[in-house]
Amino acid sequence: MQNNNTNNAEPLVRIRGLTFKRGQRAIFDNVDINIQRGKITAIMGPSGCGKTTLLRLIGGQLRPLSGSVQVDGVEVPALSRRALMNLRKRMGMLFQSGALLTDLNVYENVAFPLREHTPLPESAIRDLVLMKLEAVGLRGARGLMAAQLSGGMARRVALARAIALEPMMIMYDEPFAGQDPISMGVLIRLIKSLNEALGITSVIVSHDIHETVSIADYVYILSAGKIVGEGTPADLASTNSQWVRQFMQALADGPVRFHYPAAAIGEDLSL
Amino acid sequence: MKTWFLDRLQNLGQWGLASLERLGRGTLFFIAVVGGIPEILRRGRLIVAQIYAVGALSLVIIVVSGIFVGMVLGLQGYNTLVDFGAAESLGELVALSLVRELGPVVTALLYAGRAGSALTAEIGLMKTTEQLSAMEMMAVDPLHRVIAPRLLAGIISMPLLAAIFSILGVYGGHFVGVTLLGVDDGAYWSQMQASVDWHEDIMNGVIKSFVFGIVVTWIALFEGYDTVPTSEGISLATTRTVVNSSLAVLGLDFVLTALMFNK
Amino acid sequence: MMTNTRTLEIVVGGFIFAGLVALLMLSMKVSNLTDIGGTDGYEIKAKFDNIGGLKVRSPVKMAGVKIGQVSAIDFDNTNYKAVATLKIDRRYDKIPTDTSAKIFTAGLLGEQYVSLEAGGDDHYLKQGGEITLVSNAVVLEQVIGQFLYNKAAGNDKK
Repeated sequence: MQNNNTNNAEPLVRIRGLTFKRGQRAIFDNVDINIQRGKITAIMGPSGCGKTTLLRLIGGQLRPLSGSVQVDGVEVPALSRRALMNLRKRMGMLFQSGALLTDLNVYENVAFPLREHTPLPESAIRDLVLMKLEAVGLRGARGLMAAQLSGGMARRVALARAIALEPMMIMYDEPFAGQDPISMGVLIRLIKSLNEALGITSVIVSHDIHETVSIADYVYILSAGKIVGEGTPADLASTNSQWVRQFMQALADGPVRFHYPAAAIGEDLSL
Repeated sequence: MKTWFLDRLQNLGQWGLASLERLGRGTLFFIAVVGGIPEILRRGRLIVAQIYAVGALSLVIIVVSGIFVGMVLGLQGYNTLVDFGAAESLGELVALSLVRELGPVVTALLYAGRAGSALTAEIGLMKTTEQLSAMEMMAVDPLHRVIAPRLLAGIISMPLLAAIFSILGVYGGHFVGVTLLGVDDGAYWSQMQASVDWHEDIMNGVIKSFVFGIVVTWIALFEGYDTVPTSEGISLATTRTVVNSSLAVLGLDFVLTALMFNK
Repeated sequence: MMTNTRTLEIVVGGFIFAGLVALLMLSMKVSNLTDIGGTDGYEIKAKFDNIGGLKVRSPVKMAGVKIGQVSAIDFDNTNYKAVATLKIDRRYDKIPTDTSAKIFTAGLLGEQYVSLEAGGDDHYLKQGGEITLVSNAVVLEQVIGQFLYNKAAGNDKK
């Protein structure tokens, strides 16, 4: 199921005026986001700015306070349970920890969505599972239990599982967090190749600047519920915004202050 | 002074409202899970795996406890009855105590501690490691796939465990009373058989364990599902499971006994 | 953790089997299930002035051996007596028609039962027969009353 890679004006995910609050805190305040088909879009920002929440909103696990979240033309919050379930079969999600089912082994984990949603016979499932595992380079590990895998391997298996039903879009929740350089390299390569070979739209949520920027086609930077910067990596490198510059160059002090607000030090010390 | 009092009152009110809200969520949870049971009945493998985890693995503690409780009943019962020259009624005493009360109740309490806390921890861990979320995103309802089989397993296992507890207790009492203390073997069994009624005593006991099975498993599963997704949260949830289900069992026992054993 | 499926299923089967066996044993050995429906037997009646604590399913014994049980207890409105229907096991079909029936108590606090003492007649009781020689239950209050009355009378005589 190939998605065409041409510059389709209509984005796959269209978010307009999104507002979402947790208690008093506005996680999103009237936010507009476009996720273009067949491209890798990155959502970045400091920790706790609601990046994972965005993925949940797209996937229908959370409902926005106001605003519209459209995936492939359908309004997600308005979907019935059954329609939502059908939509989710066309979306894959890679969780931060892999979220493999711990009582199953690698093979069974990847086979899980196939068993649950398709009436395919065992032989067909076997072939599909092995192909997916081959794509992530773990075909030989199919007998291992989920608990026996390293973090990086678990994520790769989770990726194989996410593409089992050949989705139109994959969402990556902090895929590079806490990874050693080699695993990081492997994952980057996989995300890139999946996007290029299968035309899968990719949404990466991360705060690892270097890795994300190296493969993203378009980047949004979120902070305090608003988009403080967006554009291609090239645009952001030459930006005028102080804020974006501090974030992209990982500067310790800038619009986001180093010092937590406090009285002048002369008053605090007993000198 | 007055504000202190009002503060306490406000806390009480908040606690009451929070508990009510929790109860509501738990009920909705229960209804959603029960809705998934017909679909799950077609997947016997899942249920069998859960019966193993919840029932078969509890056997050891149930067997040991059943035997010991029966033996203690035999001993204490003998000590009291012998003063009335009624030691021959020991069988009746042991059997009725077990079948009507101790079998269902003690089994439920032990089950809550062993299987209940394990269920809560397991589900809580699945929530914390985002497995439940992942399932939702894969368009599989975790309430149907994960929770429903466990509820069914609990409902099936509890009466069986209680029956095993009771029968072992009867034999435990027999060992102490007849073999060790010299109560007449024939009298032990015949007095028992004459006074234990199948409908009134045994069936009522089975009904009790069914009810306990539903309630304890429900509480255990809900606490796990509702837990704060941190390791601290899971530990609090398992404690709550044991405490709440124990209280529920004892409270329900009174209600059921009053309803069933009204002379 | 995925234990061997076959082992798992065997263990679960064993567990359910054990549970059902336990239930069966509770029904058979512990409760009175075997008595319900009752053994095949023939019914005879006995009329008492007072049956005391005799209940349905109370045993009927002869020479200390249980040969049947009380299957029904009714009240005869014409002669104001209690009518106990005794169901006797078919094996014991040689009970003489002049057998007497008494209500005894097993032990001090035990349950009450009907004790039959054989007579000498050549004819035997059959279905629908009646035991006419009957002695009532010992009612504790009457005994105490009797005792106190005798004591008082004895004191008067002095």
